[in-house]
Amino acid sequence: MGGATYIKNERGEVEEVILQSGVSVKPVYGPGDLPDFDYQRDLGNPGEFPFTRGIHPGMYRIRPWTMRQYSGFGTPYETNERFKFLIAHGQTGLNVAFDLPTQLGLDSDDPLAEGEVGRVGMAVDTLRDFEVAFADIPLDRIGTGLTINAVANIILAMYQATAEKYGFPLDRISATPQNDILKEMVGRGNWIFPVEPSIRLIGDTIEYSARVMPRTNPVSICGYHIRESGCTPAQEIAYAFEIAMTYIDHVLQRGVDIDEFAPRLSFNLDIFGNIFEQVAKFRAARRIWARLMKEKYKARNSRSMWLRGLFGGGGGGLTKEQPLNNIVRGAYYALISALSGTQTMALCSFDEAYTIPTPQAAIVSLRTMQILLEEMGLRDTVDPLGGSYYVESLTEQMEEKITEEMKKVEEMGGMAHAVEMGYVQREVARQAYLYEKALQEGKIHKVGVNIYREEEGEEEIELHAYNPAAAEVQIASLNEVRKTRDKRKVATTLRDLERVARKGENVMPYVLEAVKAYATLGEMTRVFKEVYGEFREPSMF
Amino acid sequence: MTGEKIRVLLAKPGLDGHDRGAKVVAQALRDAGMEVIYTGLHQTIDQIINAAIQEDVDVIGLSVLSGAHMPLCAKLMRRLGEERLSHIMVVVGGVIPKGDIGKLKDMGIQGVFPGGTSFEESIRFLRENVR
Repeated sequence: MGGATYIKNERGEVEEVILQSGVSVKPVYGPGDLPDFDYQRDLGNPGEFPFTRGIHPGMYRIRPWTMRQYSGFGTPYETNERFKFLIAHGQTGLNVAFDLPTQLGLDSDDPLAEGEVGRVGMAVDTLRDFEVAFADIPLDRIGTGLTINAVANIILAMYQATAEKYGFPLDRISATPQNDILKEMVGRGNWIFPVEPSIRLIGDTIEYSARVMPRTNPVSICGYHIRESGCTPAQEIAYAFEIAMTYIDHVLQRGVDIDEFAPRLSFNLDIFGNIFEQVAKFRAARRIWARLMKEKYKARNSRSMWLRGLFGGGGGGLTKEQPLNNIVRGAYYALISALSGTQTMALCSFDEAYTIPTPQAAIVSLRTMQILLEEMGLRDTVDPLGGSYYVESLTEQMEEKITEEMKKVEEMGGMAHAVEMGYVQREVARQAYLYEKALQEGKIHKVGVNIYREEEGEEEIELHAYNPAAAEVQIASLNEVRKTRDKRKVATTLRDLERVARKGENVMPYVLEAVKAYATLGEMTRVFKEVYGEFREPSMF
Repeated sequence: MTGEKIRVLLAKPGLDGHDRGAKVVAQALRDAGMEVIYTGLHQTIDQIINAAIQEDVDVIGLSVLSGAHMPLCAKLMRRLGEERLSHIMVVVGGVIPKGDIGKLKDMGIQGVFPGGTSFEESIRFLRENVR
C-alpha cells in the first residue's frame, strides 16, 4: 500500500505530505531541525547504547543478514523438498509455514480440518512429521523460524525431539517459534486458549528454553501482523513493545532475572510504505527498546537491550493488480530492511496476493536480497542514512509518536487487558477502514490500483495447486503412527500433562514426553482446552 | 426494498484468521446505512446458518482468504437449501481466483467480490439485488 497522504494545491504541486504515523514532512531539512541533537546520547556508535544505528559494530561486513523465506505446504515430504531446494539456492535460514489445522491444534482427520490440510502450510500431527520435514537438514547450522503461536510449546518440543533424534546438541540448535499469542488475538486470528493461560504457556517456553536450548529465541514478538491488519507504523512498534512487556512482566514474576531471558527475545516487524518513515521507525524503535530495558527493567547485559529481529517486506504493500510490480516493491522493501539494520530479512513474493509462492517467485525474492547484499553496497557501511537531517529529525518524531501510542495502551491497563476488552482490535480495524477509504478516494496513491490502472490484460499468475490427495496421505500416515505407538505411554504422558497444567507448573518437560510418545497435536491441545478453556473474541461492533 | 435497512451477516467460516477485510467491509456497509452483524472467527457453517436465522438477515457475506472458498461455499449452499433458507442472498469475498468466479455463481452465490473491489461496487450490488 501507499505510504503517505498527499495534499496538492490548485497548480498540482504537493503542498502537504502526511506520513501514515501522522508526521507532517517538510520540503527540506537542515541543522535547525535538530536543535538538541547529541550524537552520543541519541545515536551512539553502532553496537553502543542506545543502539539507534544498529546492534553490532560491524553489522553486515561481519555477518550478512539471514535470508529466510516463509515456506511449507502439503505433507512434510513436500516441505522437506522445498527446504532443500531453498537451501541449495543459498537461503541461510528456514521459516516454516504450518497449515491452519496445525495452527489451531487440530489433527488432520478432525472434521473441522476438512479442506484445509496442507493448504497454507505443512500439516503436522505427530513428531513423525517433524522427523520427515527436517530429515537431512543441518539443524546446527540452519536456524528455523516456526510460524506457530497457540500451540508453539508443542511444536517447539517437536523441534527439540527431532534435533535430539538426529544427534544435534541442544546448545547448537536455534529455533524461533513465533509464540506471540496477543498479536494473534489482535491480528492474525489463530488463537485457542484465553489470554491469561496463553501468556502462562509463553512464559513456560521462555523459562524452559533459557535453560535447555540457550540459542533458541522462544518468542518473536510480532508487530508485523498488527500492521498488516491495519494499524499505523508507530502503532505497530508501540503494540509490539506493549506485548513484549506483558510477557516480560509475567516471566519476572516467576523470579527469573531479566538478563537470563531478555537477550533471546526477538521481534518480527513489517516493512511497506514510505522508505524514510520505515527507516526512522526502526531506528527510533531500537533506542526506545534499549532505554526501556535499561531504565525500566534494569537490564545490565547489553544483549538484553538489543532490538533484534526479522524486518520483512510485508504482503500488505503488494497488489493483486499488475503483480509483476510487486518484484519492484519487494526490492525497495529489501533496501529499507538493510537500511534499517535488520538481522533477518524475508520478502513476500510477487505472487502472494494470489497464491502460495511458486518456486520461481520464491527464488526471485531470494535473489533480490542477494543482489542487494552482493552488488549494491548495502554491506559496506553501517546505518548509511545516519546523520541525515531528515532521517534524524524523523527518527525523533517517530519516537514521540510511538511513545504516545504506548501511553494509550498503558492507560487502558496494559496490553492483556486491552486485548481482552477488544480496545486494540477496534482501533486496528478503524485504522484499516480509514486507510481503505483514503485509498478508494485517491488520497493515498497506489500504482496499478488507483493510478496507472490497466483495465484489460491483467497478468495471469501461475497458481500453486492445492493437492487434496495430500490430506489422504497425511491422514494415512497419522493412522499408521496411531497404530504403532505405545498406547499406554501416550495415555500416561497425557495424564501427566493434564496434572501439571492444572497445578500451574511449567508444562514444557511434560509436553516433550508426550511428543516423544507420539501423542498427537490434537490430543495435547485437547488436554489444554480441558484445563484452560477457550478464548472468546470480544464483540467488535 | 421499502426503506427497511438491509441486514447483512458477515461471516468468517472455517479456520482462516484473516479478518481485516471483513471488518473493513463491515464498517463500510454500516456507514452506507445497513445493519451489519459480524460473526467473529472460526465459525462452522452451521453456526453461520444459526446466526443468519437468529438475526433474520437478508444477506450472508462470507470472507475467505485461505483458498478454501470452494468447499466452504458448496457446504453453505447445500445447508441453506436443506434448511429452506434459499431466499437469503449469499455473496463471498476474499482471495478468489478469477477462474473460480463462474463456478461459485453456478453454485448459487450471487455476488463474488475479490480483494480490491470498491465499497461503492459492493454497496450498489446489495442495494440493487436484495429482495
